[in-house]
Amino acid sequence: MLQARLRKTFLPKPDSAGFSLDLEFSATAGVTVLFGPSGAGKTLVLDSIAGFVEPSEGRILLDDDILFDGAARVNLAPQRRHCGYVFQNYALFPNMTLRENLEFAAERRPRLERHRRVNEMLEKFRLAAAAGRRPHEVSGGQRQRCSIARALIGAPKLLLLDEPATGLDAPLRTEFYGVLRQVQEEFNTPMLLVTHDLDECFELGEEMLVLRDGKIVQVGTPREILDQPANLEVARLLGAFNLLEGEIRSLDPGRNISRVLVGEFEIEGPYFPGHLKGDHVTLCVRPEQLAVAPRNGRPGPNQIPADLTRAIETPHGMRLEFSNGIAVALAHSEHERLRDNREWVIQFPTGLLRIV
Amino acid sequence: MAIDWFPLWLSLRVALISTALALAGGLWLAYVLANRDFRGKDIVDAAVTLPLVLPPTVLGYYLLVLLGRASPFGKLWESVFGSPLVFTWKAAVAASLLHALPLLVKSARAALESVDRSYERAARNLGASEWSLFWRVTLPLARRSILAAAALAFARSLGDFGVTLMVAGNIPGRTQTVAVAIYDAVESGNGAVARMLVLVVSAVALLILTLANRLSPSRI
Repeated sequence: MLQARLRKTFLPKPDSAGFSLDLEFSATAGVTVLFGPSGAGKTLVLDSIAGFVEPSEGRILLDDDILFDGAARVNLAPQRRHCGYVFQNYALFPNMTLRENLEFAAERRPRLERHRRVNEMLEKFRLAAAAGRRPHEVSGGQRQRCSIARALIGAPKLLLLDEPATGLDAPLRTEFYGVLRQVQEEFNTPMLLVTHDLDECFELGEEMLVLRDGKIVQVGTPREILDQPANLEVARLLGAFNLLEGEIRSLDPGRNISRVLVGEFEIEGPYFPGHLKGDHVTLCVRPEQLAVAPRNGRPGPNQIPADLTRAIETPHGMRLEFSNGIAVALAHSEHERLRDNREWVIQFPTGLLRIV
Repeated sequence: MAIDWFPLWLSLRVALISTALALAGGLWLAYVLANRDFRGKDIVDAAVTLPLVLPPTVLGYYLLVLLGRASPFGKLWESVFGSPLVFTWKAAVAASLLHALPLLVKSARAALESVDRSYERAARNLGASEWSLFWRVTLPLARRSILAAAALAFARSLGDFGVTLMVAGNIPGRTQTVAVAIYDAVESGNGAVARMLVLVVSAVALLILTLANRLSPSRI
């Protein structure tokens, strides 16, 4: 269990804007994902926990150990923190073979155990055949597995991963997620993983922290966060939403219904607690929550007519983009059925509409 | 034409020893300058570089004051070894060292600093002591640049003239290095000997610099 309260300020300099990190979170067993755009301070959080960077203030607790306490002037050396770290570039020592890399990391284990432990890890991470080669002589997947094995061999209490899948091609990514799940099952080490990839959050994360400008803006499971982004910022960061300006026309808590004017059309949504009639709001709805239909005369309830500007093929189906900026995701079969259609209406769901 | 090759052998020996000493001291200094922050670091850095820019006479003067028979170090040396340090080939080593050290410290520091920090972070993260981090990670990764720097320092030591003349003198068969011998030969109108020595020294230096270039990783 990791508990961290961190504050670190970088004053603005002539060549760089100031930045301040100020956040508090905890991470328990399983994978916790730190999600955010570049420059949000994600890596700074990992580096503070690993002890490469000293926060200005705060406290970092890992199980029963105090790694850092600003007030009590405790700042453990990185050597004594027992946090495994998987670097973005893996940082395998290029002057050593894969086996030597693991041996280097195993040195703090009892002497008699080292050899067995190294062999065990080489087996487990399918590196035995490449053990005698140097990092630049092996494949990307082997490098990656080796860096994870190296980080785990000292039995760390926490595994930190800095954008480990960035720059990997799709098959390697899939393989990597498999390796991480295996690690989770076999080692049960809590992991804190930094990423700016939303798919990765879903693939791995049980808990997700959304980071922006050095602050945590939302915490939850990836599903919860995608279902209800805490604010417009988060919705923009996730990048997976249609965001529509609207005005609340009526609210009916009894029937759990509201009516929102979007452009010149009224859409029915669920009751929005905390909002008043006449409020200007931003609605958010994901492309896959919308549907389309051929336009027949006057648009029906919860329908907005729109002109199709582009139809884009995606791995999951089709993505239709309309002139009013709304995107709709469709299954391939659905698109086939509608392919000769010229005039469209977008069909809004009632229960799934959210205000951010 | 009988050429006395002693000055060449002496120069090679002096250069080899001073390079070895510069490597030992210079690596330590380079490590400290690259990794530690302390007050007066800029001054230490400048002082290490100073011999590159000061006139040889100034350096020679300093060395005479520092190592001369009247100085504390000179007295200590004499009481331990029974003979003075100045005007022996060992003083020539000290003179060469003065040129080798700045070159070595500068290049070694740059080499150590150019090692990707993530390797050092990884080593610390894996529990390695600063000592083992240096010897097993940083140094092996900077090895080529440092060897190149050592070759350069060796070539530079080979060519010292002014300082050597001031502290070691020009005693044929004892302290006469090749640079001094060439000067001596030219002065006494011994053109053939001077030409031969000049050619040999140039060839040796060229060889060493080629080696240094081969070693320096920037060429890869």
